[in-house]
Amino acid sequence: MIDIAIPLFLVVCGIAVLFVRGLFSSIMIFSVYSLVMAIEWVRLNAVDVAITEAAVGAGISTVLFIIILSRTKYVDEGKHMNIPALLVSVSVAAVLLYGTLDLPNLRDPNIAPNTHVTPYYLEHSYEETGQLNVVAAILASYRGYDTLGETTVVATAGFCLILLLRGSNRRQGTKDSQKRTGSRT
Amino acid sequence: MIEILAKYNYWIVIILLCTGLYGIMAKQNLIKKIIALNVFQTSVLLFYVSMSKIEGGTAPILLNHGHGVQPLFDNPLPQVLMLTAIVVGISTTAVALSIVMLIYRQYGTIEEDQILELNKHND
Repeated sequence: MIDIAIPLFLVVCGIAVLFVRGLFSSIMIFSVYSLVMAIEWVRLNAVDVAITEAAVGAGISTVLFIIILSRTKYVDEGKHMNIPALLVSVSVAAVLLYGTLDLPNLRDPNIAPNTHVTPYYLEHSYEETGQLNVVAAILASYRGYDTLGETTVVATAGFCLILLLRGSNRRQGTKDSQKRTGSRT
Repeated sequence: MIEILAKYNYWIVIILLCTGLYGIMAKQNLIKKIIALNVFQTSVLLFYVSMSKIEGGTAPILLNHGHGVQPLFDNPLPQVLMLTAIVVGISTTAVALSIVMLIYRQYGTIEEDQILELNKHND
């Protein structure tokens, strides 16, 4: 039963995030959405993903959104529906629903995602990596290059942030000082 | 119960994905657009992790390895891939938010229609 209730709550949060008035409440509901997502991942036995989601999704991204919100100002938008966008997303939903007819049943041990390379990982990961947690063994050992690429992406994002925000500060500063000197003269 | 659960998470993923898609297209506020992008992204993560669940399986941690009968384990591979995707997602969110900050400094607003209006006046 809880496997049906938690995803429903997830959908309620996901829709409320977009249609609630005010950006601050929207960000808070998004934080709740991330926490419910973490619970759902514990239900799906993805414990490492749940920890990451609770730390990154509910923690860091909420902080980032609030930092940006505190430095910008916004107006409350009206509740008009965008009909073309609604039509596009509903038709995408229809196509995807049609696609689920051919997708394999979930929770079945014999479907394609669970049969190809996974049994090898489960059988040999302890002998080959000495790691009891198979997720950590795959992340750091079998697919270590993926993780290296991920770290590169994070580093690139960090450089982007430094370059974007520092550059704009300097430009903003000169513009302000020009304005100030201009008003003085 | 199992018959419902066999396709249930697919439906949830589709609803979340289309909610996010609608938000990206229809919302005028740039921060709300980024939140919608995040909802879109987490729906894709849910799709992958749903596939890794096996009925009666436990978390893929080999607690009593080599002693007796092994329990049925869930598929660890989608979990690993989604672990990577979450971290990449927060990176894109951070860069997108810093670009929103730059747009706010240049235009004084983060509403898309007002930005387009200002651009029209500048031309």
